[in-house]
Amino acid sequence: MRLAAIFLAASSLVGIGAAQAADPVPVKIGVLNDQSGLYADLGGQGSVWAAKKAVEDFGAAAKGLKVDVIFADHQNKADVGTSIARQWYDIDGVDMIVDTPNSGVALAVSGVTKEKNKVFINSGAATSDLTGKACTPNTVHWTYDTWALANGTGKAIVKNGGDTWFFLTADYAFGHALERDTSKVVTENGGKVVGSVKVPLNNADFSSFLLQAQSSKAKIVGLANAGGDTINSIKQASEYGIVDGGQKLAGLLIFLTDVHSLGLKTAQGLNLTGAWYWDQTDANRKFADEFAKANGGKRPTMVQAGVYSGVLHYLKAVEALKSAKDGAAVVAEMKKLPTDDPLFGKGEVRIDGRHIHPMFLYEVKKPSESKGPWDYYTLKATIPANEAFRPLSESDCPLVKKG
Amino acid sequence: MSSSSSSTLPAAAAPASSSVMTVLGILAVAVLLVAPFGVYPVFLMKVMCFALFACAFNLMLGYTGLLSFGHAMFFGGSAYICAHTVKVLGFTPELGILSGVLFAAVLGFVTGLLAIRRQGIYFAMVTLALAQMFFFFCLQAPFTGGEDGLQSVPRRPLFGFIDISQDIHLYYMVLAIFLFGFLVIYRTIHSPFGQVLKAIRENEPRAISLGYRANQYKLLAFVLSAALAGLAGSTKVMVFQLASLTDVAWQMSGEVVLMTLVGGMGTILGPVVGAAVIVTMQNYLAGLGEWVLVIQGVIFVAAVSLFRRGIVGEIIAIVKYYGTKKAG
Repeated sequence: MRLAAIFLAASSLVGIGAAQAADPVPVKIGVLNDQSGLYADLGGQGSVWAAKKAVEDFGAAAKGLKVDVIFADHQNKADVGTSIARQWYDIDGVDMIVDTPNSGVALAVSGVTKEKNKVFINSGAATSDLTGKACTPNTVHWTYDTWALANGTGKAIVKNGGDTWFFLTADYAFGHALERDTSKVVTENGGKVVGSVKVPLNNADFSSFLLQAQSSKAKIVGLANAGGDTINSIKQASEYGIVDGGQKLAGLLIFLTDVHSLGLKTAQGLNLTGAWYWDQTDANRKFADEFAKANGGKRPTMVQAGVYSGVLHYLKAVEALKSAKDGAAVVAEMKKLPTDDPLFGKGEVRIDGRHIHPMFLYEVKKPSESKGPWDYYTLKATIPANEAFRPLSESDCPLVKKG
Repeated sequence: MSSSSSSTLPAAAAPASSSVMTVLGILAVAVLLVAPFGVYPVFLMKVMCFALFACAFNLMLGYTGLLSFGHAMFFGGSAYICAHTVKVLGFTPELGILSGVLFAAVLGFVTGLLAIRRQGIYFAMVTLALAQMFFFFCLQAPFTGGEDGLQSVPRRPLFGFIDISQDIHLYYMVLAIFLFGFLVIYRTIHSPFGQVLKAIRENEPRAISLGYRANQYKLLAFVLSAALAGLAGSTKVMVFQLASLTDVAWQMSGEVVLMTLVGGMGTILGPVVGAAVIVTMQNYLAGLGEWVLVIQGVIFVAAVSLFRRGIVGEIIAIVKYYGTKKAG
């Protein structure tokens, strides 16, 4: 009895002490992405810098938060990714994981995050399942997804007159899904799909497929593939003079860094959808200049900008709650607060965890139009926020109540 | 293979030090029993899964002398079956693991029938080709989830009443499976069957001339190895709650070869040590970002040029060297 009383007294004393000192709220952010493989350029160390920059710009220390940023390489393996995530959550006290390209790894990390009740803000992965059938109350998908890319590219190009399409589709689930979604958008907007061809994954020779595309006389050749396949098909399309012959290429999953490595001569005329481009507003240019200074002259991709914007919004929610411990509560707060930051502007995080903002259709410049390195895109169309993402009425996310 | 046999065979030294081995074995099990209180359990479970996988592989490479380059097919195939049965069909973990193992054994039987007719590089190529076919099957088949894989496999209670959603409970399940698999391999190697396998490895025509049906022995060893690799794959699903293309890709087949070589092929403990080294590197170097691959490369070069018999193989050689010096 007496022992219990002493403990009680001691613990209440400790409690009072903590309240009086107003210790800073500890927050630990883990950037989990590909640091060495094919996604290292579009995320990698640049994302780590963006997360740190967001902490700095937020003025975390002055607002009573003590924020740590750590990072690791998931090597594009789902089991490496989840073991890091588990270890971060269990041992290292990480409260939030950010970035994480590679859809397989992202879905796995999202599952672990829900189990441990932490926060997962994804910027790098494409799969729309993260806010669809695999959505959780702990995950926010920030920058883009396959639905937005297919929709943006399909709709905007048809409106700009590209009404006949031919698809080069990577022959696996991801490619099929991209083709299916884009075809749907194209036909809904009055366009026509005149043909498509399935190409084996990791293909080196696109010549016969490109000849089919050429003889189809379609105005647009849609590339429903990713990574090395996209790069190879664009290179070979340039060699076959597809773009010079009046047809246009539409890439469904292409990043600024891909265009950079292809070079303008090869990539010119390519249409693509993005969430963010560095040379679009003054605020973007300011961010890009600081990014370039710290990262050897490179310009940030939309994924890195998304990391910055996502971390900023996360910190706002933590500041409002004065604690980062309950992940679901933090995400609920993120959904309650409207988003507003210099890079993505005003927007919201929807009930299914989808961050809503406008998307943009870009065309890659001709070498003669470009003023210098990294000056690659011209803005062709803006897809307003309310049309850019999958509407809730079509959502298969269990968090969305169907009325 | 036969030229290096005299130096890598631990069997000759085994009878003299069998009591020492028993004591060491009991000690190791005791350490494993308390380890999760000091070391992160998920990491230990990962090491054990890969150790079992490497041991199963070593049964083929080290004791039968056949380099299979398609073991990822059994590891990953069984993982998919286990994940699918547990997640979609609602099996309990033990039934899920059992169906995974069964699938791997059947797959091993079919692959073995085709592959054991050839030896050396041809055997490796046939297994690699079949594994690649299986990889593309997994990439296309709707139930595997393609690139995304199968996530959030539930950890249902084991046998319907043992809660394994806690990592520490799961650890003891994985430990039991690992020890079971390890003992099966140990028994196999030290049985008359294992002796015949070694005889076939050393000189196949002579084994045949002595009246052994070499192909049947090799097929049985192949099926056993495939089933144990499947056991490792299914167990890994319960640990990480996912099955992905990584498990069936050819890199996984390569990784298990490296684990076995770094640890020491043809030694019973070698693959365990090798798996521990490789998994530790993958885990603890992940924080170094892009330097992981460089460091891995350097360590491999060092291992290959300094410990040609593998870590355990070198230790056995040193012990034997001093043993004979003392005796002589």
